Amino acid sequence: MTQPLWEVFVRSRRGLAHTHAGSLHAPDAHMALRNARDLYTRRQEGVSIWVVRASDVVASSPDEKDAFFDPAGDKPYRHPTFYEVPAGVENL
Amino acid sequence: MDEALLEQEFQARIDADERVEPRDWMPEGYRKTLVRQMAQHAHSEIIGMQPEGNWITRAPSLRRKAILLAKVQDEAGHGLYLYSAAETLGVDRDELLDKLHTGRQKYSTIFNYPTVTWADVAAIGWLVDGAAIMNQVPLTRCSYGPYARAMTRVCKEESFHQRQGFEAMTVLAQGTPAQRRMAQDALDRWWWPSLMMFGPNDDASPNSAQSMRWGIKRFSNDELRQRFVDITVPQAEFLGLTVPDPDLRWDEESGHYRFGEIDWTEFQAVMRGDGPCNRQRLARRVAAHEEGAWVREAAAAYAAKRAAREEAAA
Repeated sequence: MTQPLWEVFVRSRRGLAHTHAGSLHAPDAHMALRNARDLYTRRQEGVSIWVVRASDVVASSPDEKDAFFDPAGDKPYRHPTFYEVPAGVENL
Repeated sequence: MDEALLEQEFQARIDADERVEPRDWMPEGYRKTLVRQMAQHAHSEIIGMQPEGNWITRAPSLRRKAILLAKVQDEAGHGLYLYSAAETLGVDRDELLDKLHTGRQKYSTIFNYPTVTWADVAAIGWLVDGAAIMNQVPLTRCSYGPYARAMTRVCKEESFHQRQGFEAMTVLAQGTPAQRRMAQDALDRWWWPSLMMFGPNDDASPNSAQSMRWGIKRFSNDELRQRFVDITVPQAEFLGLTVPDPDLRWDEESGHYRFGEIDWTEFQAVMRGDGPCNRQRLARRVAAHEEGAWVREAAAAYAAKRAAREEAAA
């Protein structure tokens, strides 16, 4: 009788985004939240927790990694360092 | 892509000190080695709750009791981080527990020794957790991402374990003659088993070379053991206690302590199941699992009832 797996995300303090902390098993979302509190915030590591059923996470496949992320590969002009700033010009 | 090419890419990633993540291609041997090591590690954390849990109701003060409770809770947490990391390799948690309960997967031999006095709790924190930290810190840079991340979390929490043990040991070592004797007796019994925690000598550890190539292991068993001896002997001196090794001496030339031969026949015996507490530890674990079955069943029934109610309301 395996309970579903939940991925746990913790916001460590206000102003920061939730970050993946790990996973745990629980029968439902309610228990998953309580278990996540006991497992991942025993030392006040968080002010907010998200739990998501692991089976609901849709992920990109590492096999297609190259093709999938390829479009951004040849666009260095998206970075400010691509541009030359003439000497003497400031605040750019 | 053929296997050889995949393997080349995999090894190149490791050689470049990049991490391997769950859905990456990996050699079957790498996956198997990791599952075995992480499962054994998780089991050790869970079984490791028993020797110390034994003293929670008899801790000498409320302060010590609160500390010990927090520590044993941490061990449970560490076990869960590690099971969670192992599951990213496609194994099922129930299957891992079943393998522990039926003796098909092992846990560290150290937890098969009894905690007969309060000083044993102190000695475990100081020596056993000290040795564990020595083993675990390099694992925070292990090539498998989820394992490395779990170990980072474990190591952060573990240093309190060692300090509280040393503090408790200090109190006993500076206490009455009877307390000092108790502290010395605990050191006498835990010293050698702690040294065995680093595993067989390098020349008797056939899988180490492969684990090193795969970036799972960073230092050899003997290197880590030496490091542990070098930092622990001065701590014993501070406590005014004697390390139970007549061959122990400082070697000026190498800058290391030289120490005596480990009794590997004892290690093998405990590994085989003939340590002082093997049967007791496993029986307790199985009983705890079985006696907790109704809680898991009740939680599942409650979840099903709520789900049905929500569906009806929708």
